[in-house]
Amino acid sequence: MPPKGRIEVNEDLCKGCELCVMNCPQEVIALNMERMTKRGYHPAELAKPGCTGCGICATMCPEAAITVYREVIQKPA
Amino acid sequence: MAKEMMKGNEAVAEAAIRAGVQAYFGYPITPQTELLEWMSRRMPEEGRAFVQAESELAAINMVYGAACTGRRVMSSSSSPGVSLMLEGISYMAGTEVPAVIVDVMRGGPGLGNIQPSQSDYNQIVHGGGHGDYHPIVLAPCSVQESIDLTVLAFDLAEKYRSIVIILSDGSIGQMMEPAELPPMMPLKTSFPEWAVDGAAGRERRFLSSIYMDAPAEEVANMRLLNRWAKIRENEIRYKEYYLDDAEYAIVGFGSAGRVALSAVRQAREMGIKVGLLRPISLNPFPVDAIEALGKRVKGILVVEMNTGQMLDDVLLATRGKVPVEFYGRTGGVIPFPDEVVSAVQRLAAGPIVTTGHPRDRWMKFMSFLN
Amino acid sequence: MTVPELDSEQVAVYQRPDALSDTNTHYCPGCTHGVAHRLIAEVVDEMGLRERMIGVASVGCSVFAYNYFDFDFVQSPHGRAPAMATGIKRVLPDRIVLTYQGDGDLASIGMAEVVHAAARGENITCIFINNTNYGMTGGQMAPTTLPGQKTTSSPNGRDVEVNGYPIRTAELLSKLDGASYVVRRSLHDPKNIRLAKKAIRTAFEVQKRGLGFSMVELLSICPTNWGMTPRQAIQWLEEKMIPFYALGDYKVNPSVADIKI
Ligand SMILES: Cc1ncc(C[n+]2csc(CCOP(=O)(O)OP(=O)(O)O)c2C)c(N)n1
Ligand code: SF4
Ligand code: SF4
Ligand code: SF4
Repeated sequence: MPPKGRIEVNEDLCKGCELCVMNCPQEVIALNMERMTKRGYHPAELAKPGCTGCGICATMCPEAAITVYREVIQKPA
Repeated sequence: MAKEMMKGNEAVAEAAIRAGVQAYFGYPITPQTELLEWMSRRMPEEGRAFVQAESELAAINMVYGAACTGRRVMSSSSSPGVSLMLEGISYMAGTEVPAVIVDVMRGGPGLGNIQPSQSDYNQIVHGGGHGDYHPIVLAPCSVQESIDLTVLAFDLAEKYRSIVIILSDGSIGQMMEPAELPPMMPLKTSFPEWAVDGAAGRERRFLSSIYMDAPAEEVANMRLLNRWAKIRENEIRYKEYYLDDAEYAIVGFGSAGRVALSAVRQAREMGIKVGLLRPISLNPFPVDAIEALGKRVKGILVVEMNTGQMLDDVLLATRGKVPVEFYGRTGGVIPFPDEVVSAVQRLAAGPIVTTGHPRDRWMKFMSFLN
Repeated sequence: MTVPELDSEQVAVYQRPDALSDTNTHYCPGCTHGVAHRLIAEVVDEMGLRERMIGVASVGCSVFAYNYFDFDFVQSPHGRAPAMATGIKRVLPDRIVLTYQGDGDLASIGMAEVVHAAARGENITCIFINNTNYGMTGGQMAPTTLPGQKTTSSPNGRDVEVNGYPIRTAELLSKLDGASYVVRRSLHDPKNIRLAKKAIRTAFEVQKRGLGFSMVELLSICPTNWGMTPRQAIQWLEEKMIPFYALGDYKVNPSVADIKI
């Protein structure tokens, strides 16, 4: 099982450039075309399950808008 | 401390060291180079920063960087080099960081020559760099005064967060005279609240001359102007000689003022009641003193080593209330006292002329050069 | 959102670096100036340098860089950042002084300043953004514009017979004895971005140890003036820029080699 992860995109910062979208190895990020940020961009968001918390999207993001979380794997007792 | 024989440029350098200059950045140019050379030896001795920069452009921006840390810094150059520095000087004025710049003027325009001149007056006094700012400009006429004004320059620069330019020339820079240096002052240990020196235990700071919003730039420019108004109130300096009973007055600064003083003494021996007003602060200019002088005397002679640059400021100050004549030599030529005495004699002999421009009359007189 | 929250215990594995201020940048969407900023900030955080940093912003699109970092900054005239940095570093030798410059700024109007800072072995770090044009003034030809590349001041493409050849800055500076660490990296994909960050880290280590001049040239995109989407611009960088501006280490002083990151 790949690790489970999650991202949060700060919509004050996101400019909808898609650099995260095009680099996500799991192809789970997309721009939300139904919403616009205060500054008029379609924000990126997690669109599907399957994020591994690999952090690649955050590595690409020019706005440092992405926070990446990963589940803590509980070691067997 | 006893008086010793010193060269003008070296005296300025040593005075700056004693006033606590922490970094010097410069580029060789005659007739200023001794200042740089002195610094290259003495600054490392004192454990302070010296860099011979790759150009005056670089030198002034090294000054700019160091000035942003709130430390005492200076550079020196001569006319063509100062032209190159003007962008940086404008940035520093816009950023409101203090610095001391020495301009040991030489003949120009262009590469000109290396003889003494006063032809950077307009460039330095009336701005030079772009934008609405006013540098403080101090003009020494002797080695001793060069020392004293250097020390004062650092104090004024810090007090008003201003650029202070010492406007010297090749003659004062190169001459040897007995003079006394101040004692060594301790280096500053506390720095202003705007200084950018690493945000240790505080909020970060930044310094820039950018105000993208025009109204904000207007506010900043008015702040500079209000500060300038205070400088005008408090920092006007000039010296009067033989003016108590004078019927005629010479106005001249720096080397020209020095020549004029000899001329005044000669003319006095000939029975002409003439005195001298020598502006020391060219900016702020002693407008009131010159206006008052204009009301006291029958005529004023402006003497300069240029084609009449301060002349325009004297004309503005006297507001046409008194006849003004001009005598100057330019291109690196120093006037002899005799020439100035003759000019005084012509002024005293009349007839008083109030039409036309004194520069035009002087040009006619100088037509032998054509 | 269609994606359910994770129910297990989670940790943040990537967060916005503290050394970036909480400010929106004015950069165009996708502009990799932002990536370079982020990498600098991450390195400053990791090395614990925030209180020792002094940045020098230049003139170009990054002119407001001083707004985006949470450490001390000054802003320099066009091209003169290495001179300002020199002035700062000479009076405060224990601070970490950084210039952040574009290719017009560093390699055109400011070439003398950077060459001499490198030659002096000035103990500063230059972060050099090569995006093959003058971004801020609207995409004119820069010293880095590729042969044949169209810009607003080379509308028919850079003609090397008329406009001369582009300058490979890293190669040029690497020839100077005072330069300790001169490398070229690219910001076009995650792997290269990681390498770029490592290079910035190494450059700061070099400076921290007093080893002399360091410069990290970063190939960067300018989608706006290239007239491309960020996606296309990334591709253009990879296909056109990298063959001309080979990535690599151009000068690594032996005393730098043992810096392990
Ligand atoms: C002395 C001077 N000349 C010209 C300019 C105008 N100017 C501002 S930014 C710039 C070009 C910057 O391009 P670059 O360094 O490549 O940075 P970019 O904007 O691409 O990030 C120019 C020419 C200026 N501000 N000052
Ligand atoms: S890379 Fe950053 S700014 Fe660009 S779309 Fe993704 S989250 Fe938004
Ligand atoms: S952390 Fe990795 S998998 Fe998750 S969205 Fe970002 S790039 Fe995709
Ligand atoms: S013009 Fe180019 S370099 Fe400037 S912010 Fe936009 S994309 Fe970036």
